[in-house]
Amino acid sequence: MSARTPDGSPRIVVTGIGWVTPLGHDIETVWKRLLNAESGMAPTTRFDARTFPTTFAAEVRDYDVTRFVKDPKVHATAGLNSQFALGAASQAWKQAGFDAAPPRDPRRVGLYLGAGEGVLDVDNYIGSNLDAWDPATNAVDGVKWAKTALSRMTAAREIEQEPNMPLAHLAREFNARGPAYNCLTACAASTQAIGEAFSIIRRGDADVMIAGGTHTMIHLFGVTGFNRLTALSERKGDPTEASRPFSLDRGGFVMGEGSGMVIIETLEHALARGATPLAEVTGYGSSCDAYRITDIQPEGRGAAVAMGEALRQAGIDPHARGADGRPPIHYISAHGTGTKENDSIETKAVKRLFGDSAKDIPMSSIKSMMGHLIAAAGSVEFITCVLAIRDGIVPPTRNLKTPDPELDLDYVPNTARKVPVDVCISNNFGFGGQNDSLVVRRYQA
Amino acid sequence: MPRQTRRVVITGTGTVTPFGLGTSALWSALCEGKSAVGPCRTFDFSGFPTNLVAQIPDELFDVKAVVPKSYRKATKVMARDTELAVGAAMQAIDEAKVQTKAHESGTVTIPPGRFGCHIGAGLIAAEENELTAALATARGADGKFDISVWGGEGMKNLTPLWMLKYLPNMLACHVTIIHDCQGPSNTITCAEASSLLSIGESMRVIGRGDADACISGGAESKTNLMGMMRQHYAKRLVTSAPGEEPGSVVRPFAPDAKGCVPGEGGGLLVLEAMDTAKARGATAIAELAGFGASQSFCPDTLGVDPAADGQGIIDAVEAALADAGIGPDAVDVIIPFGTGVPAVDAAERAAIQHVFGARAASIPLVTLTPSIGNCGAGNGAIAAAVAARCVAEQRLPARLNTKGAAGLDADACASRAAKVGTVLVFTPSLGGQNAAAIIRSIA
Repeated sequence: MSARTPDGSPRIVVTGIGWVTPLGHDIETVWKRLLNAESGMAPTTRFDARTFPTTFAAEVRDYDVTRFVKDPKVHATAGLNSQFALGAASQAWKQAGFDAAPPRDPRRVGLYLGAGEGVLDVDNYIGSNLDAWDPATNAVDGVKWAKTALSRMTAAREIEQEPNMPLAHLAREFNARGPAYNCLTACAASTQAIGEAFSIIRRGDADVMIAGGTHTMIHLFGVTGFNRLTALSERKGDPTEASRPFSLDRGGFVMGEGSGMVIIETLEHALARGATPLAEVTGYGSSCDAYRITDIQPEGRGAAVAMGEALRQAGIDPHARGADGRPPIHYISAHGTGTKENDSIETKAVKRLFGDSAKDIPMSSIKSMMGHLIAAAGSVEFITCVLAIRDGIVPPTRNLKTPDPELDLDYVPNTARKVPVDVCISNNFGFGGQNDSLVVRRYQA
Repeated sequence: MPRQTRRVVITGTGTVTPFGLGTSALWSALCEGKSAVGPCRTFDFSGFPTNLVAQIPDELFDVKAVVPKSYRKATKVMARDTELAVGAAMQAIDEAKVQTKAHESGTVTIPPGRFGCHIGAGLIAAEENELTAALATARGADGKFDISVWGGEGMKNLTPLWMLKYLPNMLACHVTIIHDCQGPSNTITCAEASSLLSIGESMRVIGRGDADACISGGAESKTNLMGMMRQHYAKRLVTSAPGEEPGSVVRPFAPDAKGCVPGEGGGLLVLEAMDTAKARGATAIAELAGFGASQSFCPDTLGVDPAADGQGIIDAVEAALADAGIGPDAVDVIIPFGTGVPAVDAAERAAIQHVFGARAASIPLVTLTPSIGNCGAGNGAIAAAVAARCVAEQRLPARLNTKGAAGLDADACASRAAKVGTVLVFTPSLGGQNAAAIIRSIA
């Protein structure tokens, strides 16, 4: 096959992947643990959550960013989100071969991240607010607030909270000077970021893109916010059983944190420099529910549109069958949060698009094991697809012991499954109504 | 996918600025040489190096009066930034004479699946009074915050939807619901470059055929305690003396420039493919003819002190010129960020001088910050709306405050008629992202 698709656009391949997750900080360890259906959930340690409705999370443990970066001093003030991003992107960069031979023109190397905001300086923020609180007027006294805040907070800590700071750190680390974006469309952000990065290269505005996501919301206000929305699991007992996507007794998601990063480039660029394509990205679809600020459109209209568009771009007819009689998609990486609403609507959307074939496509949620990485969720799930293709095995949905009679697809319950995988679709849907899907397939020369 | 073949036009502009609702209100004030800079009404900011901001007076903007009746209840869960986006979008839609679901009658002009939305947003600050009232219920015996009280009863004093008010994508979320935009939608969060990057993304989405029209731009309010503090820490804030004339403190490119003031504002455009706009009989105000984006090398990693050579800005501007298929000679007017923050001014000046060479000193700049402050993610889109108006009116607004700008046409002057065929708009950001766009008269 040529370096171009039938419509004349360049083929885009993945040449590097990396992640920092609650299950580990390198590709192979995390992948092995996912295939073993291990859980990253445990009691929350980042703050004292003992009286919160949710007392557990999937935290990144024992992580040291200085192991990954060239000069730790350059990133001395980096927040957790930037630290995760640096670790993930460094793995991907190295695998792509760019640490040995950097790209020739930095202006042809762009970045598109779906990175979440940094963590508030919680103690000093709360302290400044309370010190300045005037119960007589029910208002914060601005002069008092400024005095306390300016004496307690620090410039770097405040500026690092801006959502474009992971971008700044990566740009600096890898000397990337091409088009640079951060999008923040809640839980769909990093799928959208990889999709837009793909579009930027297809159009010819860059040769190489660093794309992915990073986020942590495991802090007082993040957990407060999701607890108030009743979106988190409040299950008592063993935290490793709390995330139960597609199960009848599912009760919400479990917060995770971390980052996934990929290097994508044109096939031509990859081959010219002797890089090994790990997989090919062939389709990206994006849509908006325009429905309600809290609820997903009940028929999964937007989700089906995003998946459908990604398939169309990839030249795949959802109702076709391969020579082996299988549907044209061999694995769906589900958004699969484990909330009542998401899992049932996602199931509807998949059936809406694939019809009778839907039940023959394995579809699992790794959120059952590493939790929900929010803005970064799509990036690690995309990487899972690349690995499923590489190894011919799909990760399971953990804790799926009580099937929901309404949910009748193949969710790969509890045990990983060996099955040839050539084509996958990865889905993410965000609060606010964004739906994004990517099609990734085995690279064939 | 071949490079873009569909041309993209601006058919509507909407702004909410300290001069009120609508691009006409902004345009008149700019032409009259007004500044909206003054003391903050909502908080006493005198604990900061300046208490000056550019704020929207309540009497000039009430989101409840703007949204469809059926949507008024939802304004309760809108942060200030979202209100600005919703107001600007409504104005843009009306100026474009597009019928949407918001009008609650008639046939919609653009099929919902072909209607996209890209909105730049900032790091939205929680309303301090709302949050602190809840935090104050979780004090321990010593009067200090007690997290165990918060985790149990305290947090229940926050409304269940509290967090949804502050997610950056809520600007686009509300706008897409109100106007039923079901096409591609995104939220770009790259500080001051956000809205111009969003406009660029809409241009690409329309160009590649994924939508026929997009509501596109950005909005942000920085006139709150956290916004003020972060601007201070980012070395963007002016130091003002008591009694100093508020309207005179921001002086872009002046030798005595000393910083900027936080503002609040939003700008949204209706962008459409030229072919579908023509087919529906729309009047195009101007063409969005080129776009470029880049990342600067930041010596301090974060971009608080930008690189003095302006190289990243140069890359974005050159990419936009190339995208439009024009050379620097074709540019009649430039709208830079123009903050009056000396280090940012210097980078912008270096970029303009590099790209335009000997012409740099004679191309008129339009400077907005003396009038409306730094509107964060709103900046580039407000500038784009002004650029479209310059093209439509063949006129330049007044410039304020600056005297003796070296090597640039940026000194204070009155509004004047001018031949405006092609305008370059660009915005660098704290963080190092740069965006540039070419807006020109319809040829």
